[in-house]
Amino acid sequence: MTDTHHTAPDDVLMGYATGTLSQAFDLVLATHVSLSDDARARLETFEALGGAVLCDLDAEDLDRAAPAPDSLQQTLAKIDGAAPAPRPTPHAKGLFPAPLQDAVGGDETAVSWRAVGGGVKQCVLHSDEGGIARLLLIPAGREMPVHSHHGSEMTLVLQGAYRDEGGRFARGDLEVADTEITHQPIAEPGEDCICLVATDAKLRFRSLLPRLAQPFIGI
Amino acid sequence: MAAIAQNQDQAAFAELFRHFAPRVKAFLMKSGADASLAEDCMQDVMATLWRKAHMYDPARASVATWIFTIARNRRIDLLRRAARPEPEDLPWGPEAPPEQAEALALQQDTERLAAALAKLPEKQRSLVQRAYFGDLSHAEISLETGLPLGTIKSRIRLALDRLRHAMT
Ligand SMILES: [Zn+2]
Ligand SMILES: [Zn+2]
Repeated sequence: MTDTHHTAPDDVLMGYATGTLSQAFDLVLATHVSLSDDARARLETFEALGGAVLCDLDAEDLDRAAPAPDSLQQTLAKIDGAAPAPRPTPHAKGLFPAPLQDAVGGDETAVSWRAVGGGVKQCVLHSDEGGIARLLLIPAGREMPVHSHHGSEMTLVLQGAYRDEGGRFARGDLEVADTEITHQPIAEPGEDCICLVATDAKLRFRSLLPRLAQPFIGI
Repeated sequence: MAAIAQNQDQAAFAELFRHFAPRVKAFLMKSGADASLAEDCMQDVMATLWRKAHMYDPARASVATWIFTIARNRRIDLLRRAARPEPEDLPWGPEAPPEQAEALALQQDTERLAAALAKLPEKQRSLVQRAYFGDLSHAEISLETGLPLGTIKSRIRLALDRLRHAMT
């Protein structure tokens, strides 16, 4: 197996297709699929399975869900006079695919970075009880602290590249880490590494208060 | 779908409505909505289908699949204040009209997939259904479905390649 394409595992893509991920992870998946035809093909396969589920509902469930007698008329009334939905206006081609541009409100020049120490910067894009999505900028060559995870973490590279125990991750690559994984991402020299990261629990750092760790704790 | 998109054909819409309205409503009820909320949302889903008919690409999704994605997104919108982040659209210009044969093959594959789903052992079938009703977290989803997903995947892959080539 080559080490050049890291993509979302099937269970994660199926979770995105069924709509059971939280908003933070949905943002990472939407952005990843925008960059990976393989992930898109597998996503649409799981959506096809959703279509099959719709066609295979049990007769008693369909009976219980019989539409109201005037349902079609009501729906036609909702439609009446409505213009066809406009095609989404194409976003400017840039570093960020459309769903990420929507979350940021622009491309990478629109990000309000906040320094968190050691030259690392971050920008929280979404936060709720289901998880946090943030952009992370790691200066070229910088080592991140060794850490494991209390929950799930998904990292999508948008610019530059990093290496860790799982291999090399470059633009479009997605790394999924869970409680079993301990890793230390190191940004490659050259270009600063920009990643979109979603986590559903606080990270667990191995050494006590590593230089970079403190600002992440308690976010 | 073409009749709806090009001619605003109400008879064609009524036919789709008869087949899919109970399915969408049942899907929403199985996902936890009560009957009146499910009725209202189902009408929204069917109205969205009408308004977005011109964006439907039959080479990439069957009608059932497309309606599933609209219903799923509507369900998520109910639970969140923000819209679900969706992948960037792959634009397809007038140079790349969907191939009739491709579209038909995809439709047939989806029907085969539904037939295979119906034939699964009950325990497995109900697991797949529960995943799609939102009953299972992604970590609980079992991938050993035994369903012929590979054929659909390669069909979609071809459709995506067609789009990519049309753009270059
Ligand atoms: Zn059907
Ligand atoms: Zn990590």
